Amino acid sequence: MIETKGLKFAYPGYSEVLRGIDLTINDREFVAIMGENGAGKTTLVKTFNGLLMPTAGTVRVDGVDTRDSSVARLSRDVGLVFQNPDHQLFSETVREELAFSLRNFGYKEDTIERRVATILETLDLARYAESSPFVLSGGERKRVALAAVLVWNPKHIILDEPTIGQDYQQKDRLRNFIIQLNAQGKTVIIITHDVEFVAECKPRIILLSKGLVIGDRPAEDLLTDGQLLEKASLTRPQIGQLMHQLRDFGLPERAIDVYSAEQAILQALRRKR
Amino acid sequence: MSSIQDISITVSPGEFVVLTGPSGCGKTTICRCLNGLIPNFYSGDFIGELLVDGMNVKDHTTAELAAHVGMVFQNPENQLFSLSVERDVAFGPENLGLAREETRKRVDWALDVTGITDLKDKPPYELSGGQQQRAAIAGVLAMQPKVMILDEPTSFLDPKSALEILEVISDLNERLGITIILVEHRLDIVSKHANRVIVMDSGRIVLDGTPRDVYGEHARLIGIGLPRVTTLFNLLQRDGFEFPQTPTTVDAAADVLRKMLSR
Repeated sequence: MIETKGLKFAYPGYSEVLRGIDLTINDREFVAIMGENGAGKTTLVKTFNGLLMPTAGTVRVDGVDTRDSSVARLSRDVGLVFQNPDHQLFSETVREELAFSLRNFGYKEDTIERRVATILETLDLARYAESSPFVLSGGERKRVALAAVLVWNPKHIILDEPTIGQDYQQKDRLRNFIIQLNAQGKTVIIITHDVEFVAECKPRIILLSKGLVIGDRPAEDLLTDGQLLEKASLTRPQIGQLMHQLRDFGLPERAIDVYSAEQAILQALRRKR
Repeated sequence: MSSIQDISITVSPGEFVVLTGPSGCGKTTICRCLNGLIPNFYSGDFIGELLVDGMNVKDHTTAELAAHVGMVFQNPENQLFSLSVERDVAFGPENLGLAREETRKRVDWALDVTGITDLKDKPPYELSGGQQQRAAIAGVLAMQPKVMILDEPTSFLDPKSALEILEVISDLNERLGITIILVEHRLDIVSKHANRVIVMDSGRIVLDGTPRDVYGEHARLIGIGLPRVTTLFNLLQRDGFEFPQTPTTVDAAADVLRKMLSR
């Protein structure tokens, strides 16, 4: 469980990025943190693994105050995948990159080899095992960065903008993969602007704006609240826009993904006949 | 780095082209060819010919080509480096060796077109992501290129800023006649503006036409993300409903459904 109480954070000499955040994210939850550029999303998750310490208030991870722990200790439980893979990757080959953290955690070589092989397969990276991460495309590098964190099997996984630069099929795979991780008992927290992605996987959405939580509701509720979306510089997902335009024809605004919209339209058309 | 093969295309002045396709299909490689980074900066086998605004990219430096082809990247932070927006926007024209007054004129114009005149004295790192991308576009615009290549310019932005940037780009195309080549996965948000969509797969061009022509079954199979409304109509068609045309935008879809539901 990740719990914040009165969490404030400011970089030295700057105004507060986080201005008092009270949140509880339970084990096995699937959460999306959304909000405008500069709302404080990345800063918030950096307090979850101890990269940043609160300037006021507390963050507790599985009951332990992050001040009483260390990044090294917290990282074992809280895996953070950065938005920009180039801030994370440094090894000469993808295989080495994935083995690095496991070596640091003191795993045996044969365990390392097995885990790396599994994760390469799972994330469709096996063919790049011996390549340098830096010759891969942006989307591929992002998958390597994700693999490099998943490989040590943290209990809580945070993905900062995982869909950027991913094509449609990769997003599809990523969605299934996230849902699967979540079903396996992981807490999954994604930071994203991608309203389409969120409309399809329907997590709990925590909406940040200017360092405060301004909304905390299921995806179908939050992505249909025009006023709240406007406040956080978000838009309705495309299907949500369509349903909103057709609300006077008895179509449900909460149908925000293609399949629920299809069912709703079929029903409405059948009623006509 | 992916390779590209058998690419034969002509993009005419004033077109708004969306270049899309699965990750690693060669979109960025093509962009790098268009401004001469390939073959002048990146090594590799470059076979065939590429003319940009009449100039053969092999015979001209990237610096020369930069006055004709502007390039905007995903992350504006990587493109901005000066201490003020104005300095950043002036960097290109100054390096073209233009007279002071001409540089001045171009910078003011570029700031105006992108709507950031008010921000000219601010350091780029104090700007929001959307404002930073406007500044990056202004910097390119100040070179007065005929062609602008934008490689997923909105992917780091929140949805509202993304739409605003697309409006800026569309404006450059419609008002100033700048040819736009926009690399984008998210066809939901760009279809409204594009008059041509080129789909690549494994280093080749596999589809090339208007959005409506291109968003068919083949495009779905190679895994490009059709606009959600197009996918919805494909499903409804499968359910036995007939439509004269498959919509590619929300407004068009709403029109079709409104008619069907009020019959």
